[in-house]
Amino acid sequence: MATVVEVRAETANAKTFRLALPHPSIHLAGQHYIVRLTAPDGYTASRSYSVASPPDGSAEIELTVEHLPDGEVSSFLHEVVVPGDAIEVRGPIGGWFVWRGDAPALLVGGGSGVVPLMAMLRLARRSGRSDLLRLVVSARSPADLYYAAELPGPETTIVYTRATPPSWPRPVGRLNRGDLPAPIAPDATAYVCGTPGFADAATGLLADAGTPADRIRVERFGPTR
Amino acid sequence: MRFTRGFRGRGQGARDSRLPPGQYDVGSTWPVLTAEATPKLSTETWTFKVSGLVERPTTWSWDEIHALPTSSFEGDIHCVTTWSKLGVKFTGVSVDALLAAARPLPAATHVLALGHTGYTTNLPLDDVTSGKAWVVWDYEGNPLPVEHGGPARMIVPHLYFWKSAKWVSGLELQDHNEPGFWERNGYHDHGDPWLEQRYQGD
Repeated sequence: MATVVEVRAETANAKTFRLALPHPSIHLAGQHYIVRLTAPDGYTASRSYSVASPPDGSAEIELTVEHLPDGEVSSFLHEVVVPGDAIEVRGPIGGWFVWRGDAPALLVGGGSGVVPLMAMLRLARRSGRSDLLRLVVSARSPADLYYAAELPGPETTIVYTRATPPSWPRPVGRLNRGDLPAPIAPDATAYVCGTPGFADAATGLLADAGTPADRIRVERFGPTR
Repeated sequence: MRFTRGFRGRGQGARDSRLPPGQYDVGSTWPVLTAEATPKLSTETWTFKVSGLVERPTTWSWDEIHALPTSSFEGDIHCVTTWSKLGVKFTGVSVDALLAAARPLPAATHVLALGHTGYTTNLPLDDVTSGKAWVVWDYEGNPLPVEHGGPARMIVPHLYFWKSAKWVSGLELQDHNEPGFWERNGYHDHGDPWLEQRYQGD
């Protein structure tokens, strides 16, 4: 069991839940935890949520959760959970979509797909290895950008698809090849996270730019409720 | 039992007995979850190979595999990410028919399903024989969409769906258990949804 110690809004429909675990978390940047809810009649519902906080040896992790309109677990987390609540979590899970902080990587995220990539960016910054990472994030509008106060920096590119801040240099539009930074190393691994449509578009752009298929790792999330 | 404060669930009405524990019904949607870029495979050059511990290593072209007796599965599929899709129909060829041609050697105990993308997943031989596994190219009467593994994928519907390799390229018969892609990355070796064998240690 974990204890909710803080809940804060990232956007109008995304909240970050800071959880205190019984033991220090051993997660790697990019991994996820399972949140499991149990009703009095024994019914359970579980969903996976990426960790947004970097591995830092502490016993607290942050999960950022998008509120899906008909989402059984995300609705409960958004509408019911408050600090002090006990929540059953299991993890960390996943050994593929992880960045260990020691190899060049290009991160491409759409919408809530930025969450596991944020753990990677935070790890790079706290370990002084921002030189290894480039992050490209696609968001609908400034109001939809997660971690808006923290994310901008020399390693990051923000692409808006519907609306931009005033006098933003790039016109609105979907991610295109020109948005991808030059590779920081020929053997950089690309990490793509987003909806299936975003992931397919982004992997297509990476392939067009010459990224070998075996250097692209993808995390898709489907229309799970 | 520890229950979650304030959580009652969607439990109105009887739960569908076809849903394993912890699963929910996605209805008419079909989520797409893959770890790699979606490959573009041409049926002109597509092959499926049974190799390893068999008497006759055999490779089928697209036309050759279609010449085998067709076989369908009608039932339910279960993804480890907790969605299930009920009452679906896939058509292709039974793995039994493929193995009948290649003739597994007595020493063969496991198979490694291989994908054209490099994906792998491991299965005991008993889990892909006796009508439990198929290579399919047809979903509900239409060609299997590429995002769901087309032109052809495995289905092993009694196990979590990561065992059903998309873009399948072959089966390698082995005399030992060799963990595949997700099995090396934290997921359960067997993956029985009714036992909730989701992750290592379950």
